[in-house]
Formats: sequence, C-alpha cells, structure tokens
Amino acid sequence: MDNNLKNKIQLVANKIRKRVLEHTIKNNGGYLSQACSSAEIFSCLYLHIMKLEPVEKPLMPKPFMGTPSNNNKNYVPGYYFNGQHTRTSDRFILSPTHYSLVLYATLIETGRMDENALNDFNKDGSSVEMIGAEHSPGMEVMTGSLGQGLSQAAGIALGRKLKNETGKVWLLMSDGEFQIGMVWEAFQFMNHYKLDNIGIFVDVNKQQCDGAINSVMKIDPLSERLKSFGAEVISIDGHNIEEIINAATIPHTEKPLVVLCNTNPFCGISELKSNAGKLHYIRFKNEMEKQRYIKELEKLNSILQKE
Amino acid sequence: MEKLSYVHNKNLVEFSRDKKNILVLTADLTSSCEADYFKNTYPERFISCGISEQNMLSVAGGLAREGFIPFVHTFAVFIYRRAFDQIAMSVAYPNLPVKMFGFLPGITTPGGATHQAIEDIAVMRALPNMTVLETGDATEVESVLSIAYSIDGPVYIRMLRGEIPRLFNKDEPMKLDTPRILSNGTDILIVSSGICTEEAIRAINALKSKGISVSHIHISTLKPFNNKIIPDLLATPKYGIITIENHTIIGGLGTIIAEKMAENKINKNLIKLGLNDTFAHGASKHYLMKEYGFDALSIINATEKLIGSSLNINENDLSKIDIEPMHSLSKPEAL
Repeated sequence: MDNNLKNKIQLVANKIRKRVLEHTIKNNGGYLSQACSSAEIFSCLYLHIMKLEPVEKPLMPKPFMGTPSNNNKNYVPGYYFNGQHTRTSDRFILSPTHYSLVLYATLIETGRMDENALNDFNKDGSSVEMIGAEHSPGMEVMTGSLGQGLSQAAGIALGRKLKNETGKVWLLMSDGEFQIGMVWEAFQFMNHYKLDNIGIFVDVNKQQCDGAINSVMKIDPLSERLKSFGAEVISIDGHNIEEIINAATIPHTEKPLVVLCNTNPFCGISELKSNAGKLHYIRFKNEMEKQRYIKELEKLNSILQKE
Repeated sequence: MEKLSYVHNKNLVEFSRDKKNILVLTADLTSSCEADYFKNTYPERFISCGISEQNMLSVAGGLAREGFIPFVHTFAVFIYRRAFDQIAMSVAYPNLPVKMFGFLPGITTPGGATHQAIEDIAVMRALPNMTVLETGDATEVESVLSIAYSIDGPVYIRMLRGEIPRLFNKDEPMKLDTPRILSNGTDILIVSSGICTEEAIRAINALKSKGISVSHIHISTLKPFNNKIIPDLLATPKYGIITIENHTIIGGLGTIIAEKMAENKINKNLIKLGLNDTFAHGASKHYLMKEYGFDALSIINATEKLIGSSLNINENDLSKIDIEPMHSLSKPEAL
C-alpha cells in the first residue's frame, strides 16, 4: 500500500493516543487503554475505510439539547460530525461507548471536530459525555448498553438493503460483547438475511471491566464460533495499518464481515502494564503515578516531533 | 352479541396495502399473532426473526431509523419482559416509530404465568416516549392500527386475537386519549379496559335493574392519560369509583385513576379490581377472572361494598344478560 497513506494513518493513530493520554492526565483518569488498543482501527476507519461525507470545517459540539421526544424539536443526534447521510455514504456505529473519548479524539485528529471540544468532556450540560449517547459527537445511534449496537446496525443494514442503498454500515465492537446472548442472535439474523453491507471491527484486547476476559468468562474460540454463525472472519494484528486496510476489502458476499483485531491494551503507553487486570478505567492513585504518565506523554510527543 | 374471528389478520392486510413502509416482524408466533395473512400477502415486507426477541426489538429500532414502520408481533410477555432494555434504549429513547403488538394480555391465555402479561402496562407506561393502548373489542382491534401508525413514536398495544366480540359500533373507532362514555349516572363510576369492559357492561345492566345510577367509561389509551373530561367524571359519583382491569392492580388502570384522583384532590372511595399482586396460572379466561375477582360479579360485590347494602344479584342473573353493540352515550367534547 501507499507509504504516504500508511504514514498519515499511523500519525493520526499516534495523535489519538497522545490526545487521550493528555486528557487522562488532565482529568486524573480516563478510558486510556481503549485508546491504546484501538487507535489504529479508528484512524483506518476514518481516514480510509469508511466513505463518509466531509464536514465544512472542524465543528464545535452543541450543548446537550435534551433527549429525543415529540416535545423536543431541538434534538440533534451526534452524527453530523460524520457528515451528511446519503444513499451511498457509510454509517459508523460505536457499540461500546466507553470508547467515546477515543472517538472524540479521532474526530479532532481527522478535522471533523474542533480541538476545544474536549474542554467540554464530561462537563455538566455538555453533549461530549464521558460515556457517549446518541447526541454525543460522532454517535449515530443509542448504544452503550452492550450488545445492542450490533442488532441496531443489522436493522439499519437490512433497511438500507430494502431501499437499495449502496452505503455500508461499519461497527466497532469490543470483544467482551461476545459474552452477550443477543450478539449471537444478531449474527444468526445477519446470516439468515445475508447481510453483506455490514462490516464489524472487533477490538480484541482481551480485557473487560473485571479484568482479563479469560479470567472473567472465556469467549474462545471466537473466530470459529463466528464462522460457524455464517460470518466471513479474518483475524489480524490490530495495530498494523496495512492489515486493517486490507481486511476491510475482503469479499464477503451474502455474509457480514468480521475483522478480529488482535490488539495490545498497553500499545504505545507501556506504563499501563502496571495496571494490568484493571485496565477498564485508569484512575491515578497518587502523584507519583501521574508523573510516570507525564513521562509517557513526553515520549509520545518526541515520537510525534520526529514524524 | 356479534363475535368475529381473524379480525386483526384480515384488517392488517387491508390497512397495510397502500402503506409500503410497514414491515411486520415476528418471533416464531406468526399465525398465533394473526400475522400470517400479511406474511402470505406481502412476503417481501415480512421479517421473520425467530425466537430472539432482544435482537428483534433492536433490529426494529434500526429499521425505523431507515424510515420503515416496524409492526412487531409476538406474545406480550416476550416483548416487554424479554427485551425491555432493547425497547428502552433501541426504541423508546430515540423515540422511534416501532409499533409493538402484544398478544395474550393478562389472563386471556390458559398458558399460565409464562404466557400471561400481567404487569406490562405498569412497565411500559413508565418508559418515556411510550404510548400504551389496549383493545377491548373487534372495533378497537381494527381501529387501533391507524392510531398506532399515526403516532410519531413507539407504541405498545395490548392486542386481542381469535374470536372477539364487537362491543362498539364499527363507525365509532378508537380515538387517542379519549374514553368511551358508555353510561351516565351519579351513584357509582366504573372504569374498565380491555376484556373487562364486557364484564362491566353485564354488571351495569344488572345494577341498573336494581335502581343504581352508574357511570361507565371504557379506557383504551392508558398513556397518555390527559383527557380533560376525566376530573369531572371522577368527581361525580356519590359512593365511589371501581376500576377493573386484566392486569395487576399495581401500576395499571387502577393506579392511573388513583393518580388522577390525587392530582385533582378527589376524595372518594376507590376499589381496584384486577390481579391483586399475584401471578396467575393456566386455566380458562372466565375461570381466572372469577378466581381472581375481576368479573361481572366482582363488580356487583364492589358496588355493594361502596353503597353499603346488598343487591341480591347472582351469577345466573348476570349470565342471562345479552350485550348489543354500544354507541358512546355522548361525545366527550359535549361534556
């Protein structure tokens, strides 16, 4: 693949990590490990894989405008950051919304959101919520109750097929979601209705809230299970830009595509190893620990300066 | 009294003919929910989901986002009990026009506790954006479709199937948030919904023959419940109010009336008939309504309690009463 493109995508991935780390330091905590594992997946999706309509300029998020209801005509879903919906444009659905900070950082680094937007992160009255909802930047649907993203995506994909739309539905899932029964109902459904306009990237970081997936509830053999449910499955290095890009082009006629991205939850920030087993949300225990992460930030900065 | 069969099955086909955005989704209970005529007539708009209700409800949300109006059909219990989080987050939160047709409300099935939806109104009306409707006869089973279809948001409907009576004239369709006033009186107010209205009509005929002056309203919209005639109706009866519902008395019609009484400072006796905080079991509809105290005779007993004297009406007197289709006595606007 084109080296310039590859370098550009890697640069954005590094910037995503850096921005999330900066933010974690500033707020004395955050969903940091998710950025480590998924930065390349996000940068590949937004820079190359997904066909999204552009936005005019980096947008500032609107404040929280209330929840959807017939009495609230001001409600705006967060997908305006992903550009206008057209018959040919792709859709992006983030299923595990504790990855929201990674999505926000991606929107900033890809020129879709103003970098000052993160000042509103987790602030009262802001739509830039810690665990994003439908009105949060980049969010297309109400996800975050884990498992529901896939079925909603399947409904959207089926609806688009019925309307003969050519755009695809892309979904980012976490591997822990494969413990949920309805996820397998959704795969059964996508197989039955031959939904081949849906592509699912899974951040296989082997971590969940209680610790390592294998210690909480095993999901392996994930690839075989998915294949037996009728999906086209490929397992790749989730930090290798070329592998991610190529995986998205694999033909999957009459089947959904699943890209199992094997990732490293400490990737780019090795200090996180000291939090092994408690990676879901990083909260600094003391100033010394915070200083170690500041060192990590300096390292990331120097890498970025070289680029 | 006229009894009709396959009312929904036939009507759904007619109603959907020119409304191409209607899709019917089922979960392995297609003919049990009278959606098989639709399936056979419009196979391209029929989406079989198998026994996977959680996926079905979230898929319905996705389809609604693409401009379709999903008509979800399955037994009521499998909608709200099995897929509540999916309804809440994939359908109700985004205020999507998914119409959920819940069959076998309350004890209308001998299938026992697993099949009897006894707290669905309580649960569904607690959800923001949700409209909750209940059908009581063939006319309502027919006319509920256009109400559900025209609401810009999610709707949960307690649906009747099989052989159902026509209590209300065909030319008086169900109207949103509009009680049907079936009788005007000053002693007692009876508020009924669903299959209980037929019981109430029987009881009221007997009560009138004993000189009791009874008001009777039939409720088919449980949420929203804001009709302006309600406070006056609740304030009128001299002895008190009886609610009767095919549902637990916690959170359903009786509770709704109690809330309205409190909000409007109406200090009257209220007797709530229905399942008294209990699950039921597998038996016939009439057996269960009698066993759990929400049949015509239960209304007589409740009336006696309110007025403080015996009326000498027995079960035999009640079963003799034949019911003719009714016109609403007066248009609510006229009150």
